Amino acid sequence: MGLKLTDVTITAPGADAPMLAVSADVAPGAVLSIMGPSGVGKSTLLAWLTGTLPVGFQATGRAELAGRDITNLAPEARRLGILFQDHLLFPHLSVGANLAFGLAAGVSNRRDVVDQALVEIDLAGYADRDPATLSGGQRARVALMRMLLSEPEALLLDEPFSRLDAALRDQMRDLVFSRARAKQLPVIMVTHDAQDAEAAGGEVLHLRSGQAAR
Amino acid sequence: MRPNGSIATASPTKSVSANISNNAKGRPNGRPLFASGRRLRAVPFITVLALLVPVAAGLWGTVMPAFGHLPAAGHVGMSLIAWEALFDWPGLGRAVWLSVSVGVISTLVALLLVILIVAGWHGTRSFQWLERLLSPLLSVPHAAAAFGLAFLVAPSGWLSRLMSPWATGWTRPPDLLIVQDPWGATLMAGMIAKEMPFLLLMTLAALSQVHHVEYARVTRALGYGRIKGWLIAVFPAVYAQIRLPVYVVLAYGMSVVDVAVILGPNTPPTLSVQIVRWMSDPDLMLRMQAAAGALLQLGLVGAALGAWRVAEWAVAKWGQAWATSGGRLRRDWPLRVVGQFAAVACSAAVLAGLAGLAVWSFAGRWRFPEAWPQTIKFSSWMRHGPEAIEVAGVTLFIAAVAVLIALVLVIGCLEAEHREGRPMNPAALWVLYLPLIVPQVAFLPGLQGLLLWLGWDKGLWPVIAAHLVFVLPYVFLAFADPFRAWDTRQATVAASLGASPNGVLWRVRMPMLLAPLLTAAAVGIAVSVGQYLPTLLVGGGRVSTLATEAVALAAGGDRRAIGVWGLAQTGAALLPFALALALPAMIYARRRGMRGG
Repeated sequence: MGLKLTDVTITAPGADAPMLAVSADVAPGAVLSIMGPSGVGKSTLLAWLTGTLPVGFQATGRAELAGRDITNLAPEARRLGILFQDHLLFPHLSVGANLAFGLAAGVSNRRDVVDQALVEIDLAGYADRDPATLSGGQRARVALMRMLLSEPEALLLDEPFSRLDAALRDQMRDLVFSRARAKQLPVIMVTHDAQDAEAAGGEVLHLRSGQAAR
Repeated sequence: MRPNGSIATASPTKSVSANISNNAKGRPNGRPLFASGRRLRAVPFITVLALLVPVAAGLWGTVMPAFGHLPAAGHVGMSLIAWEALFDWPGLGRAVWLSVSVGVISTLVALLLVILIVAGWHGTRSFQWLERLLSPLLSVPHAAAAFGLAFLVAPSGWLSRLMSPWATGWTRPPDLLIVQDPWGATLMAGMIAKEMPFLLLMTLAALSQVHHVEYARVTRALGYGRIKGWLIAVFPAVYAQIRLPVYVVLAYGMSVVDVAVILGPNTPPTLSVQIVRWMSDPDLMLRMQAAAGALLQLGLVGAALGAWRVAEWAVAKWGQAWATSGGRLRRDWPLRVVGQFAAVACSAAVLAGLAGLAVWSFAGRWRFPEAWPQTIKFSSWMRHGPEAIEVAGVTLFIAAVAVLIALVLVIGCLEAEHREGRPMNPAALWVLYLPLIVPQVAFLPGLQGLLLWLGWDKGLWPVIAAHLVFVLPYVFLAFADPFRAWDTRQATVAASLGASPNGVLWRVRMPMLLAPLLTAAAVGIAVSVGQYLPTLLVGGGRVSTLATEAVALAAGGDRRAIGVWGLAQTGAALLPFALALALPAMIYARRRGMRGG
């Protein structure tokens, strides 16, 4: 089970050799940190995993999530939650509507679920608020909860803490990793901050420019 | 922040949508296809057809009668009688000369002024002020602006009234042919005032893609004056981007009809105005002559564009020598003043012209040289108002339908581009610009003939289709940049939350792009409201819009009626812009993240 990458290589448009080659097996509840200098293809790997690799890139290998082959699935069918460093709350929706966006269509009493979720992230009563009026830490928590409400089977984190100041960063790390452990979600985190990897406590994969190996 | 399991159990297992099997089938490892991709991929083709078919069919319908084939007039087969008739017309040389000189001079002056304004003032506080002054002019319909200008500069116009009798000694309007002067000078002035804001806007859009601030800093540090520094360091990159808009202005200036009917000379008029006169003559023989004239007009525009291209090379060559000559042109303030003066003059002329329309529409007795009417009355509005409202309804209906179709096609094209992940083919840009560069008068008469022959000339639909040809490119140009600038990570997030591609488009992307979407719609409506020739020719004279009604009044000279109709046309073009500004502000009043974007 977990998130398994088998012989994944990604080649940039026009390049002869792959920019990265990765095999990994992330167990439920475990975190794989991927580190490396910018431009090495960390975010490209996440783009491939989410099914949004730009046209022109060539990829081989396969990705399995909880035993399903997700390599060729549509992005919305993969059940991978992703968090970016800019929390990317939808600016035209209220905080509550942002959370409800992630909630599956079949869920009744949506408002209650959303309110309860806000309580969990210490934002009780924030449902009608404009996301632009939240602090950075509050936004990060809403983004995390929005993702969790969509019931992902794995988490992808793209430098998720780099925009937060030091104190908030620790808080958010704790929150994200404890949530992932509690739900037994495999996590792949891309970062250039060694402390992120340390806090995650899992394996660390260093990508080097040109070629990467496990 | 206590852990809580209730969230985890709240949602039943999400059903995985049916398109997975489609997507997985036969796809190489990599980006999957999205749902409903096939229908979406047809949209760019439909769009190209909507643009090219009317132009191509219209040109074909022009070529046939121009070479003697017009069965309705009893002429079948190939002959040169149309050309012989055309060349026998004594006004031809003068009409051709007028078309060429008005087009080339107005384009050249408008471009030079835009260069002086941007090079001389960009980045200063005055520039923001100039930009605010000029941008509303863009949406004022050509015909209304032309009428306003005529009211301003005519012998009995506001300027002459303000200076009489104390400065001029005139107690009666002087017997001068200022409006409709035989050299087309007033026509040129009108075109410059209307086209300069367009080129300015295009230049500003192009500037955002060039590192102009850094270049300007470097050239200033090297001791160059603002204007020369900008010209040598920034202008070449900017011009490469505004080349097509400049060609549009040149082609439009050479072949414009509504402005030329109002401000241009009469005996003879410009070639395109004469072609329209022949087209509306009951004598069918003249249609063949008109078709030959239309092809001649097309050839003239082609030749002028070719000459302009050669001139571009020559200027570039000379510019390279100038750039390395070492001269700094540090004392460029006179040029900067010229640019500022021209911008203010253009804006003041159009705005004062519109004020003139308003005053005339309420004027009772108004003797020369009084600057204000002696009496104010509402009878002009009572007389023409009800009809103007009715015609405004038709005008806005045509505009709304054309803009809706255009928006569907434009959003479809852009979304297809987004889902395919491939940038638009550069040739597509030419397709977009083609209907704006091929003179209207060259293909609309042919289109009218073809529609007549097919029996499709009834009702509003042919007019709407003709408007679409001109509305679509502007809607595309207005909406493409904001659409493409949208952060696609939002789409990744929404998809990871389970939203389908259509869900991403309609629940996230479009709501976030509401303001630019409405602005693009307003641009499209303004373009449609301004269309004169497509309504006149394709409507076969049976469809009246504010544009055709207003221009039809040009010959009569009833200033009060012109005031009412000109203002109605301006209102129909401006009102959608006001809505496009107000609606997003209202809808997103409580969404700070949606403001100023």
